[in-house]
Amino acid sequence: MSLPDLWFLLIGLFFTGYFVLDGFDFGVGMSLPFLAKDDTDRRVLINTIGPVWDLNETWVIVAGAALFAAFPEWYATVFSGFYLPMLFILLALILRGVSFEYRHQRPEHRWKRTFDRMIFIGSVVPAFLWGLVFANLVRGMALDKNFDYIGSFADLFNAYSIVGGLATLLLFFTHGVIFVSLKTDGEIRVRARKLAVRSGAVTIVIAGGFLLATCVAHGRPLSIVLSIAAVVTILVSYIANVRGREGIAFGFMAATIALAVASLFAALFPNVLPATNDPANTMTIANASSGHYTLEVMSWISLIFVPLILAYQGFTYWIFRKRVTRAIITAGAH
Amino acid sequence: MPKGLHLTAIWGATVGSIASAYFIICANSFMQHPVGYVINHAKGRAELTDIWAVLTNKVALAAFPHTLFACFMVSAAVIISVAAWHLYRNQHLETMRPALRFGLWMMIAAGALTILSGDQLGLAMVETQPMKMASAEALYHTSTGFNASFSIFTLGTPDGVHELFSIRVPYLLSFLSTHTFDGTVEGINNLQAQYRAAYGPGDYSPIIWITYWSFRWMMGLGMIAILISVVGLWVTRKGRMPKNKWVWRAATWSFPLPLAAMVIGWVFTEMGRQPWLVFGLLKTSDGVSPGTTGVEVLISLIAFTAIYATLAVVEFRLILKAAQKGPDEPTKIDATTGELLHEATVY
Repeated sequence: MSLPDLWFLLIGLFFTGYFVLDGFDFGVGMSLPFLAKDDTDRRVLINTIGPVWDLNETWVIVAGAALFAAFPEWYATVFSGFYLPMLFILLALILRGVSFEYRHQRPEHRWKRTFDRMIFIGSVVPAFLWGLVFANLVRGMALDKNFDYIGSFADLFNAYSIVGGLATLLLFFTHGVIFVSLKTDGEIRVRARKLAVRSGAVTIVIAGGFLLATCVAHGRPLSIVLSIAAVVTILVSYIANVRGREGIAFGFMAATIALAVASLFAALFPNVLPATNDPANTMTIANASSGHYTLEVMSWISLIFVPLILAYQGFTYWIFRKRVTRAIITAGAH
Repeated sequence: MPKGLHLTAIWGATVGSIASAYFIICANSFMQHPVGYVINHAKGRAELTDIWAVLTNKVALAAFPHTLFACFMVSAAVIISVAAWHLYRNQHLETMRPALRFGLWMMIAAGALTILSGDQLGLAMVETQPMKMASAEALYHTSTGFNASFSIFTLGTPDGVHELFSIRVPYLLSFLSTHTFDGTVEGINNLQAQYRAAYGPGDYSPIIWITYWSFRWMMGLGMIAILISVVGLWVTRKGRMPKNKWVWRAATWSFPLPLAAMVIGWVFTEMGRQPWLVFGLLKTSDGVSPGTTGVEVLISLIAFTAIYATLAVVEFRLILKAAQKGPDEPTKIDATTGELLHEATVY
């Protein structure tokens, strides 16, 4: 495997990890108005992801930085072409991030509710826009011969990309609600399980439809296999959830998101961004990648630091492995 | 969570912050003084050839300690402000008095190191970006020795070309730029001609009034913060507590000084690089993304300004509230295991 191919694979892995991990904390953020009946419930929900949401979010920085260093042309086109969607994702993540920190700083009901709303909006916006962005990447964009995006902001919103956005929105929502059932106890756990059954059914239809459309229009053998596997795992997750097997349901939902993201990268390979106007302008792994030396340096750095990051993140999950309950919340000092 | 691990976590945060500052400075220093690359003409881009050269860029090696110690000055100022606020109200004396003395010493130590590393950065700047030093002094004509003077204050015509009144220290600019009293400092006009010969027609000087004044405000505000600390150490020597409320007010309000100095220093170094994005390689005007419209950039500018301004106000109020609350109760430690009693909830 050549170094550019390796880095295409690694970037795919980084984004996969990001969507699996940040996906469920987006889902928990989105579930606040559906699962919480009072402030204690909301704190239970927020504390399920409290110690880990920022670790999860580091993977988008890793993925973005890897994109920047390994495929500068791809990075430049994507971040310029998706300027406004990327801006809204970033603003949403900023507002969501500070809301977790600010929410408990003051006792007033209005203060808390303001940040609850921001957590909800800050979770919905990126959950939808990431799907929109990735659907457009697979579908392709209008590019000139310098790989500069020549379409408009409105072109980013087409039937396929909007379904893509809804697919990630629903996948993350269900993923998060299953996570709540796994990480809490008592009434909220029961409510989460029931909600996951209902939202899971809708998710299967929309996400399945999106993968089907992707296979029909842009499928390659590997991406079709991965898409079928994703549909199988989401069905297993659904059945496990109906039977109250939360751990299995969560594991298979994580696998579903991983397989779905992997199938999008497999549909792109060996291109990184197809040009819809003129195939000659299509951006490929070969013509968008950095020099050999840069990739070599990056490979060594990743070999040292990625296992280190994985180890301390794994350790954090281990430290905070217990279920969060109303009793723990009310016993706390805050 | 065991005590040792708890301690490791805070050191992890410190080491991580400092390492990230170093890498950010390395990236910025590449823009000030590009090294370790080769131009690939076929692809029309610069490609990395030597990561070690980038990490040991002489500008980075001077700018990193300069930035880091300036950050320590900001932290020292926050400690001084909070401690002075409580001491003036005669509360938490056992915590706040040592905190104040610590903050004052920290400010002086960090201040001295900021000045020394700033001096090294100045030398690197003269070598790699002489235009930046010339525009920091608004020095139009190449000068030597006595004439290479440093103006502390200047009143000039609005375009900054003609000087009306100025307080000058002879030899000082020569010393800052070359560490000798008979050195030659190149002027803007001379450099302008050199750059036109090398890079083609155009204006190669930054906006002079911004570089001139930002350079002075950066140094001036930093020096005032250090001066306040020296006076502060003197008036609080051997357990003394000054009665004069202005002493306490000055200490409480010293926190914006190094912060402002630092922001202005970044304005200086970034504006002083203009018209270049990457010095000698890529002009700022050539760095504009063709795929992004002016309206989109305007939207992002307004959005970021609005959000960060709002967050700054909220954040400042929260910090103020936390600072005025005073120290927390000591952390509880389990008597039998010696472990810190871990709080189950974070939020």
